[in-house]
Formats: sequence, C-alpha cells, structure tokens
Amino acid sequence: MWTCGGFHRKGLERYLVGHTDVPNQMATTTSKKKTARKAAKGRVSAETLAKGQREISVSEFFAKNRHLLGFDNPRKALLTAVKEAVDNALDACEEAGILPEIHVRLLQKDESRFKLTIRDNGPGIVRAQIESIFGKLLYGSKFHRMKMSRGQQGIGISAAGMYGLMTTGKPVHIISKTSRRTPPHDVVLKIDTSKNRAEVVSEKEDPKSDTLFPGGTGTQVVIELEGRYQKGRQSIDEYLEQTAIANPHAQITWVTPTNETIEFPRAVEELPEEAKEIKPHPKGIELGTLIQMLERTESKSLSSFLQDEFSRVGQRKASDLAQRADKLSSKTITPRSRVSQLGHAEAECLYKAIQEASIMAPPTDCLVPIGSRALLAGLLKEVQAEFFAAATRPPTVYRGNPFQMEVAIAFGGNLSSDESSRILRFANRVPLLYQQSACSSFKAVVETSWKNYGLAQPRNSLPVGPLVVLVHMASVWVPFTSESKEAIADYDEIRKEMKLALQECGRKLGTYLRRRKQMKKQSERRGIFERYIGEIANSCHSIAGTDKKKLYDALLKQAERKTKEADQRLDLDGKIVSAKRLEQDEDVIILAERQASIGEDENDGLFGEDMPPTTKRRTTAKKSRSKKKKKKTS
Amino acid sequence: MAKKKTTKKTTKKTTKKSTKKSTPRGSLVSKKRDQETIGKIRDLATSVAKSGLAQREPRIEIPIRSINNMKYNARKRILEMGSNTQQRELFNVGQARKFMQMLLVSKGCRDLIQAEKTLSLRGMYYMTLHTIEGTSEKTFNEQGESDTILEDLEVTIDGLREELHVFAKKRGTMVGNITVIDNGDEINCRRMGTGGYAIPSICEPNVIQFKDCDADFILHVEKDTVWSRFNEDRFWEKHNCILTEGSGQPPRGVRRLLHRMHKELGIPVYCLLDCDPWGHYIYSVIKQGSINLAFESQRMAIPEAKFIGIRAEDYDRCKLTNDVKIALNERDITRAKQIMDYPWFADKKHWKKEIKTMLGNGFKMEVESLITKDISYVSEVYVPQRLKDGDFLD
Repeated sequence: MWTCGGFHRKGLERYLVGHTDVPNQMATTTSKKKTARKAAKGRVSAETLAKGQREISVSEFFAKNRHLLGFDNPRKALLTAVKEAVDNALDACEEAGILPEIHVRLLQKDESRFKLTIRDNGPGIVRAQIESIFGKLLYGSKFHRMKMSRGQQGIGISAAGMYGLMTTGKPVHIISKTSRRTPPHDVVLKIDTSKNRAEVVSEKEDPKSDTLFPGGTGTQVVIELEGRYQKGRQSIDEYLEQTAIANPHAQITWVTPTNETIEFPRAVEELPEEAKEIKPHPKGIELGTLIQMLERTESKSLSSFLQDEFSRVGQRKASDLAQRADKLSSKTITPRSRVSQLGHAEAECLYKAIQEASIMAPPTDCLVPIGSRALLAGLLKEVQAEFFAAATRPPTVYRGNPFQMEVAIAFGGNLSSDESSRILRFANRVPLLYQQSACSSFKAVVETSWKNYGLAQPRNSLPVGPLVVLVHMASVWVPFTSESKEAIADYDEIRKEMKLALQECGRKLGTYLRRRKQMKKQSERRGIFERYIGEIANSCHSIAGTDKKKLYDALLKQAERKTKEADQRLDLDGKIVSAKRLEQDEDVIILAERQASIGEDENDGLFGEDMPPTTKRRTTAKKSRSKKKKKKTS
Repeated sequence: MAKKKTTKKTTKKTTKKSTKKSTPRGSLVSKKRDQETIGKIRDLATSVAKSGLAQREPRIEIPIRSINNMKYNARKRILEMGSNTQQRELFNVGQARKFMQMLLVSKGCRDLIQAEKTLSLRGMYYMTLHTIEGTSEKTFNEQGESDTILEDLEVTIDGLREELHVFAKKRGTMVGNITVIDNGDEINCRRMGTGGYAIPSICEPNVIQFKDCDADFILHVEKDTVWSRFNEDRFWEKHNCILTEGSGQPPRGVRRLLHRMHKELGIPVYCLLDCDPWGHYIYSVIKQGSINLAFESQRMAIPEAKFIGIRAEDYDRCKLTNDVKIALNERDITRAKQIMDYPWFADKKHWKKEIKTMLGNGFKMEVESLITKDISYVSEVYVPQRLKDGDFLD
C-alpha cells in the first residue's frame, strides 16, 4: 500500500508534542508580554486572548516548518520528494509480492521548477484511498505497528505534494491501476492545509494510461515543485544508486533533467522475506507510553494486559512483574488487578518492576536483513571494485528493540586510492545521505583500526584507500539522532555490533590484501628468476659449451622449488591464510580481472616498467558506461 | 747517398728496437695471457653450470671491494685487498640480476679476447646490452651498472681489466724529456706542442715501452689547467722533468704509467694538488693505491711519491688574498677527518698537522689560486722553490 509516510509511534509523539506545544507556547509567551502591557491599561482580558487561540492542523504546522520534513532547501527538497516516492513504491511492491520496477523522471521546466514523475508496478491504490494517502498528512498503514519498514524518512508523499503545491501552486497528479480489468483512474489533488484534507480538482477514468502499466497494476505520481538539481554528493543520483545497492531486487530507471537514462538493473530475482510485525518489548517502552497503553488497552486484568500488549511476557512473567510492582507500590497490585483501577503511581511501580525484572530478549525473527549474498550482488553491480566481502551479524537488542547489523565492503578495482574511503549508510534499506559524521556507523568505522587490515588510516578519521564501506541497520525501530532522520543514534549496543561486523569484513580484506601482496611478490620473484635463467643458460652455453636446454630446465626447476619454499615458510608463520579458505567463503567475491596493481607504496620500484597500468581502466570503464547511456537515450 | 744511409740506419734501429721490446701491432695483450684469461672465464661459467645441473644453488664468490676488506701493508706501504668474499646467488631477488649480468659480461669479455680486439667500458656496455627475451627489461640500464660488474669480474677471476681487453676512456696528459713507444709508434714527448701526449688507458709493457729518458723527476699535477700553465712555461725543459696530469682522480692508465716510469726509470714523483680533502685523497691513491682497486696497488702504487703542495700554510707563506679562500663544507670536513684516520696516515705527523691546519683555517685552496700572485707564479716561483728547498710532505 502507498502510505502517507511511515511514522513510528515514538516519532509521531515527538512530532505531535512539537506541533501542539510549540506554536501555543509561542502564542502564550508573546501574548503574556502583551497582557502585561495591555492589562496595565486594562485593554485585554483572558477572554479576548482565548479568541485568538485556535487549533492548528497538522498540515498547517508542517507547511510552516518544512525543514522538519527535509524540505529545508531547494536541492534537498527535490531529493526528499524522490526519496518519499521511491520508498513508498518499494514498500508497496514488496508488500504485494511484486518485484519492483520503478521509473523516476525529472523534467526541468525552468531554472528552479521541476516536474517529478515516479511510476511503479505495485498493486495500485483503491480509488477511495487516494485522497487520504496523497492529501492527508499522518495517514498510512505503517503508522500503528511495530514492524520493520522503510517509511521513516519524513512524513511521506503527501508532504512532497504539499510542498509542490506551496512552491508552484500545481496540484498532485495521480494515475493508479489496481487490476488488469479496470481502467486506471486519473486524479488531480490539492491539499487543504487548514483542514488537513484533500480536495479533488479533477477526476476521470482514463484507459489511455493503460500503456503506463504493462504489468497490469501500478501507480504514477506527478508532482511539480521548486528545486535545484545538482549531481555529486547527496544528489538524487547518489540516492538512487545506493537504493539500488541495498535493494538489489529492484529495477530502477532514472531519467535525469538532461535526458540521460540511467538503468540500475535488478541483480537478485527473489523478493526479500516479508517482515513480521511484533508487539513491543516491555524494556523498550517509556513510562508515558506505558500509561497510554494502560489507558487504551482492551484487556481487563493486568496479567492479560501484559500478555496481550507485550512480547515475551507469559503468564508466569506477568505475575512476576505484578509481584515486583506490588512490593514497590503502596496499593496492592495483583495479576488480577483491573487495569482501569491502576493509577499513575501504580503505573510507575509497574514501570520500575519491568526495569528490574529479567525478561527474555524480544524475538528477532521480525527482522529481515538484506543478506550477505544480496548485499554483495548489489555492491557488485554498482561499485567497480575487485574485492567484496559481507558480514551479517546475528540479531541483537538495544533497549528492547531488536536490530541486526550488516556490513559489506568493496575494495580496489577502479575505486580511487588516494581519498578517504566512502561510507554508505542504510537504515531499513533506505540510504542515509546527510549528517554522516553524526552517525553511529561513521564512528564505528573510524574506531575500527583498519591499519590491521593493511589500509592507511589517519588518526581519528576514515581509512584512506580504494574502499567503500556499507553499513545497514535493520530494526523495527531505528533510533535517529533527530527528527530529520539522517543519522543513527550512537547506542553502545549498536556501535558494538557495527564494529564487530566491520572487523569481520576487515579481517577478510586483510587476508586478501596480504595474499595479493604475497602472490605478487612470489610471481615477481619467479618472474625475476625465470627472466634471467635464459640469459644465464645462453652465456654458460657460449662460454663453457654446456647444454643450453638442460641447464635451463634444471635452473627453472630450482626456481620453482625456491618460490614454493617461500610460500610455505610464510604459511608456518601464520601470516598467510590458505588461499582456498578465502575463495570458499560464501561472503567474499574476488574479481581477478579487476585486480589493479598494488599501490606504489608496496612496489619496491625495482621493475617499474613492467608493472601493469594502475588506474587507466577507470577511464575506459567510465567511457563504456556513458556510451551505454547514450545508446539508451537515443 | 749519405742521406739515404742515415735514414736507413734510423729505420733499421727503430725496427730492431721495436721487434726486441714490443709485440707486433694489433695484439695489445699477449696470447699467453689471453689464453689464461679465457680459461679463468670458462672455469667460472662451468662452475655455475655444474651446480645448476646438480640442482645446487649457483653462486659466485666475489672478493669484497670495500674499505672493510682492505688492509694497509705497512711493510710494502701499499693498500692490499683482504680475503673476505661475498656470495652472489642466482636465487636471491636482490642479486639475481647482477648474477645474470656477471655471466653476460664474462661472455662479452671472452668474445672480445677471442676476437683479439679491445673495447672501451662504454663499448663493453653496448656489447652486453640487449632486451631480455620475452620482457621489456634491458640487461643493463646504464653504463655504471656494467662498469661495476666488470670490476667484480676482475677481482673474481683475478684478472685485470687490461687482460679482459677492456679499457677506460682516455684521460690524462704527458709531456717532458722522454720518448716512449706506444704500440710500435715512437712518441717524443718533448715535441708534443700545447696538447701533450694523451696517456692511453692501457699502459702495460707490451703496449708502451720507454725508449729514452733524461728526466730527473716527474711532476704530476691535478688538472689540465695547471698542466697547461707549466707546459706553456716550458717548465719541463727548464727543470728537466716529465709533466703529467690526471684530470682529477687519475685513471688507471695514468697511475700505471707513473708507477712504471718511477720503477723502471728510477725517477721520483712529485704531486702538485689542491689543498682540499680531494687533493689529499688523490695523493693517497697515487701513493698507496685506491680502496676500490686495492687488488691493483701492487702494480700502481708509488709509496715514494711526495706532495709538493699546495699546502694550508701557503696562504700566509705566499701572502694570498681573501679571494682565494673556499669555505670548507660539511662534507669536506667529514672527508678530511676520514682521511686523517686512514691507517696509512697514522704515523705521518706532518700530514696530520697539514690536515689540522686546513681544518683550522676553515677554507680550502686550489692550485690556481697562486695565479692571483702572478700568471706564472706557480711554475716559476712556487714549485722551483719547493723543489730547491726539498720541502715536501711525505
């Protein structure tokens, strides 16, 4: 289903607090001053003030605080709009069990005005739902549940539509087809911010649009909005590229404002498993939430409340919690206590009891990691490297929330070797492009000592070298540092898991690099000997009349034995791990043909002329890629 | 008739002498020595091939040519090479290339000897230069590489460069009261004009013989410029001597010739060199032999050679001006101290004093600095006075 942005419960609360409090407080403080002044002159009373105080709609609040939604500046606004639409499209396709095919097109109308078209092959949207999804903020399917999903990046497609309407005055145009038999409905919507409601501008059933959806179903959204398109870091291109890496099951087509078509092909033919919804874990909630849950629950007794509303609480654990709470409380609390009888003080005791008790960690089968194989497939198609390794950690828990870390690295090949390595951060398969240095993953990468794995790393910074590090956090609740949801908060448990996964990949890289160096050294050694043996055999033949062929063969045999001996010696030192072990590792891919020569620092400079060209392939690879693009556009 | 007779006589004389003393033209080294050298080269190649075929590591034993493997023979007063050797192995990444080069140079020399021809060092470099089959690597990257390999080969097979039919670039000039026969050509060094006789690289007895010599001594100067001054002033005529020059550090040819004239004609050698560590070292090389070619000292060193100047005291003695001072740099100072510590200077108080004075002065001087006094001061005043007083450093 297309939804209007996936808020988590906590996020929602935070927003609502902000929404109700901030403007009101502002109003009261300013009016207090006025009252003080005016009261002195006897002009204003509480009643007159009350007239000026009225409810503010959610949409109105966001219209005025658009930076909270990621629409701070024209460039980011464009990216956020694409992001919301693509995230929604991917979620919708996956939930319907359809392999996603997403088409993104950005058309530049004038310098700062763009027309954004996003089309998917998802299940489509029922006519009745269209207004709610595209016209109302805070409406959606991901809203009231504890489940791993993408929708965490803001307020969703309706906000993008609202932004478009505000900046260009153009309504949102939606075409959706829900089944093969029915024609697509074509709806143009406008959002009334004061009422948080959509207004239909025009509506029709349009069989002509059938060609847009060859798969039989799908949705297309067109938003006209103000923005600025720029390539490079934090661009739409980067976002789509990273989305393609984390979602190798998706096929994405991207038509840039310069009318270039870039294809991000599908690399995996299976859809990820569907994430299971779970109930919150007792240790993961705060007191306020507990009170709210107590108020809203349909359960009658405390015991059934605890068992029904939380995961990992059975009958025994429920009575244990009730007993603990009883000890802390002045009022008696039993498992059979009626929920409606529990006041604030009792709730607090219950909260404390939960913190004391040891409760089994939440179930982790609710998490769907990308998986090492799929991660490698994603990286492989988008990153021109020679070595790939991935590590998926077992699921763990922080503050009652299950989560799982995945790390993949790509090394060498055409990656630039004299820059800091690049970190690709993902939360529930969604790329995080802003606030890198505030992110827990950044800290984890910096804290990992890459020197052990054969890379240069200046103090307190990222490793330098042809390295791309991908960090993915899968969780039912990804903790972000701020409302802008661009960086993962730095919980000890999270950072620890990240580091463990990074180290796992790093070790594989280290093994590979050592082996590559050793192999190169050995082949160089063998090469040196082989090169000179011929000359020596010739000279000896000429001077002493020795049989040329015999001597050559004898020396060659010695050379081979010599170099082999050296291999073994290193094995005994324990420095060189058997070559086979790395190749048999399922989570490692090595592309021998992309192997560039080892960096200059490793080269002893003896035979500079014979070294293969280091980075020349990069340009050729780029050329061929751009040629492809051109072909497609033409 | 009379005229005819005299010419006949002289030609007869020369032919007689040349047949007596020198081998015929075209062969610079005697056949016997050639055969010996070829044998030594063959032994080297055979030992390499043998160990290769027997699956043993081929290695060549090379005497070490460095200060650590060199000792001063106080009795003979020359430098001699010690008995330390180094192994050059084929199956060693750092040595494989040199090992290969060594065999290439051996082969080159063998071919050269067989062809009864000689080549310069540069010629030898080109003779052994080619691209190794199947690679883009050249056997030698520059002449320097093949020069050192050749020196290695010399010490390894205990044969001299001359015996390998290789010679260095000509350097050094001679003029004076002597007639020599160079490969059969009679050369009167009294009639060499302004250019002088270019001392050949190979000065072995079978190439060069001394015909007649009236000179009382040899004056060896450091550089061509000073030599020209002396030649123009006809110094050798006035003082009845031989005037030689070695263009800085004298090459083997010059040293060999000086050694031979000193030994065979029994005339003393005096050196006029700069007052700096390099001049002092040139003197040391002429006197005791060089560290790098310690194995040749026996044939080249002149322990009786004397040092005329220019000396540190000359600044005051000759009342030179400030302009001639060249400040000593760090390298000069270290070098000077090194020279002072050489065992063969150990018991030479005068030399130690000389070097100390120079270091105390803090500057060095070139022979040319005497020109500031007068154009011919050096040849007409300075050297004659020193010779008259017998004021030398030994």
